[in-house]
Amino acid sequence: MSTDVRPEGHVASSSPVEPEAPRRPGDLTFRESLRWLWRQVTSMRTALVLLLMLALAAVPGSVVPQSDVDALEVTRWQEANPRLTPIYEWLGLFSVYDSVWFSAIYILLMVSLVGCILPRTFVYLRALRSRPARAPRYLTRLPDSTSWTTDEDVETVLARAREVLRKRRYRVDATDETVASERGYLREAGNLVFHVSVLVVLAGVAWGGLFGYQGGVIVLQGGGFSNNLTQYDDFAPGDLFDPSEMEPFSFDVTDFDIDWLTDGPRAGMAQKFVSHLDYRETPDSPVQSYDLRVNHPLTIGDTDVFLIGHGYAPVITVRDAEGNVVSSGPKPFLPSDPSFRSFGVVAAPDAQPQQIGLEGEFYPTYAFTPDRGPFSAFGDAVNPAIVMQAYVGDLGLDDGVGQSVYVLDKDDAELVENPDGSLFRIELAPGQSVELPNGAGSVSFDGVQRWNRIQISQTPGKGLALTGVILALVGLLGSLFIRPRRVWVRARERGGSTYVEVAALDRSGGQEITEELDRVVAAMRGTDPDTAPDTDPETKGSKP
Amino acid sequence: MSNAAWESLSNQAVAAAGVVYFLALLAHLVEWSALRRLPVAKAERQPVGAGAPVPADDTTTTGDLESAHHRSAMFGRLGLLLTVLACAIHFVALLGRGLAADPVRVPWGNMYEFTLSGTFFVTLIFLVVRQRLRLAWMAPIVVGTVLTLLMIDVIWLHEEVAPLTEALYSPWLVIHVVSAVIATAAFTLGGLLSVLYLLKERQLARGGGTTGYLARVPEPAALDRTAYRLHAFAFPVWTFAVLITGPIWAHEAWSRYWNWDPKEVWAFITWVVYAAYLHARATAGWKGRNAAYLALLGTATLWFNFIGINFFSTTSQHSYADAPPAVVRTVDPGAADAAHDPLVGV
Ligand code: HEM
Repeated sequence: MSTDVRPEGHVASSSPVEPEAPRRPGDLTFRESLRWLWRQVTSMRTALVLLLMLALAAVPGSVVPQSDVDALEVTRWQEANPRLTPIYEWLGLFSVYDSVWFSAIYILLMVSLVGCILPRTFVYLRALRSRPARAPRYLTRLPDSTSWTTDEDVETVLARAREVLRKRRYRVDATDETVASERGYLREAGNLVFHVSVLVVLAGVAWGGLFGYQGGVIVLQGGGFSNNLTQYDDFAPGDLFDPSEMEPFSFDVTDFDIDWLTDGPRAGMAQKFVSHLDYRETPDSPVQSYDLRVNHPLTIGDTDVFLIGHGYAPVITVRDAEGNVVSSGPKPFLPSDPSFRSFGVVAAPDAQPQQIGLEGEFYPTYAFTPDRGPFSAFGDAVNPAIVMQAYVGDLGLDDGVGQSVYVLDKDDAELVENPDGSLFRIELAPGQSVELPNGAGSVSFDGVQRWNRIQISQTPGKGLALTGVILALVGLLGSLFIRPRRVWVRARERGGSTYVEVAALDRSGGQEITEELDRVVAAMRGTDPDTAPDTDPETKGSKP
Repeated sequence: MSNAAWESLSNQAVAAAGVVYFLALLAHLVEWSALRRLPVAKAERQPVGAGAPVPADDTTTTGDLESAHHRSAMFGRLGLLLTVLACAIHFVALLGRGLAADPVRVPWGNMYEFTLSGTFFVTLIFLVVRQRLRLAWMAPIVVGTVLTLLMIDVIWLHEEVAPLTEALYSPWLVIHVVSAVIATAAFTLGGLLSVLYLLKERQLARGGGTTGYLARVPEPAALDRTAYRLHAFAFPVWTFAVLITGPIWAHEAWSRYWNWDPKEVWAFITWVVYAAYLHARATAGWKGRNAAYLALLGTATLWFNFIGINFFSTTSQHSYADAPPAVVRTVDPGAADAAHDPLVGV
């Protein structure tokens, strides 16, 4: 059977399938097409195209909000574009970097990478052990070459060539009339290290993604936290996360400092937030303190604790129609702009005869203009106030469906109005209280506390990923800046004197090598004072 | 000196640097227009003859020619001198900017300052490699580009000196941003060379002119090589900036070393495009022209990331552009994964 490559279609159409045949033509073609496919996948051109596809595929994630980055923004976008939402969802556009198509591209790239690295590693190892490439027959035909005639004998010239090249850190291989030399083997090593490191980084990132977690919690000033699942406000574990890996630490936020800029171009900006923590690494270990600041996370074992936000929690007490306290204590409100105008709700499911809910805003420095309405003039709690509306009725708090503490279900509730039908607003400064109309109850605003938003994360593999990128950088430097070069010298007896040819080649392509050639030649001919032999070749040559 | 005095010194220095750059540009234009009508001598068209215009060979020498070359060389030197001066004044502008801040800091805390630093490094890198890479002929283009960017910076991006937002107070601001600025400058120079490569190649393909600026630009092969050397310098620096120091800092400030924030996405895209460029130079069929196009695509993504993202993206935490930065973006503990609510945008 012939072994030549046949087009698949040709084979299929001309030979009916013979199950008994030991070597069906189709087999060969199949294997060949597999090999063809593999060659395609691992070719430079494919790598190039895949890289460009990867770049292109990353773009949508910077345009469409990503649920990993900003879940709230995603919700907003979806509400604004109800028609596009299902299509975008189907395409995975809200989490591009976990999507099938994005993964497909980088997995293909990695396959291509492995297919590229493996054979090249073998080739490289072989090249490491082999001798420098033999000299071409006609050295002077190479673009960077030169020749001259000297009275020294062949042996002397070649000995000097070996010496000069070794000094220039070439690996040298000599025969009777030629010296072949090569340097810059580490370039390819650098290149391989770089490409392997890409895989190492990916492994590190994947490890962190699978086994790590990210969680967040709002802790009141004076409040505490201990590291177990139930205490988190939100928690995003990796697919293989194991809760028993969670470090058993706990901490209290004893104090919180903040500086407000009152003048200059950034007036109103807050600075130097410090959350003072008392923490224990385990329930039995001694209490330590730490000043938690932005850029200065607290590291406990594998876990990092970050300060990433802060805000206000008005202390609000609600009494029902019977005068019983049905809700009390600080309620974290969520800041919605740099002036810390903050939104929040208070729910009192146990209020009698009807449930009571409040919804509204907190202003750290209350201000009012007729056209803007109430707003906050400054982020610091200089003149705090709350402005809220009240609802009575069924707030959906008994039906067992979990509800966010920042949303009030008002579908079956009724907005509280004044007896004359005008809108009833709770507008209170600290220490004030107000009766709800129709004897429904009362609300008092007792004071303001601060909260810190603490982010806690365990990212195993981050050390591996970091090692990977640093290795990649080192490999890259080798790969880009080590010049692989070959220099050949040939010396022959010709008409009583010695004819010397020298040629140099840069194997990385396109690099200038004339200078290197000049230096080698200068050193051989002794025109370079640093490496010149003791005697001057000019005068020596002129002697009989 | 008070902070305000440093700031106004910086503003004046920027204006002065602009004027001197402009004079340097004029000098270089005179340098080149002196040679406008002279045919390029054979020796000058060698790939290695990429220096400033050199005298033509003696067969064509006339009195006229000689004086033209003389004039050209003189203005060339003048232009260089002025560029060095402008670069020094530019440095003073940066220094003043840093000293004007309270506390004193590195002058790359916002877009205005980043552009001021970036253009400074374009000039500096050019002056440093001018001799080594034989780039004297590129002077009018570099000076013109720097001057244009500087004007855009002053007109549209100028901001008063202001204290940094909290997340920017970190040693990584120095390391991460300076490496990003240097890489940006080198990529920009490399991109300019790639444009020239494409123009020159087209000119040659059309039979080639023998007069004018393009005729005196080095051969495409030399341009390609020099562009590569600049990109090869910039790429590891960029890798260091966006894939090493960036993630380390992001981890400290925002708790995640990589979060696919739009700025990170585009830094990644830029990196991948330049990786593709480096591959292209080693791939038959992609060498030369296609590689040059990829280099330009890289330059485009680089600058889009720097300017575009700040203006178009609302979700980036790297919001240099926000005048009063949002101190807290809406914190949303109800969402499954509202990991990213920094105190401040960087
Ligand atoms: C994640 C994917 C990849 C990245 C980020 C990447 C990046 C790079 C970079 C930055 C270089 C330049 C360093 C140098 O010039 O030596 C390079 C060179 C190289 N890459 Fe890749 N690469 C990737 C995948 C691949 C694949 C799949 C192949 C095999 C088909 C490959 C083959 C090569 C080769 C042969 C060179 C050397 C080119 C030369 O000699 O100049 N790379 N790569």
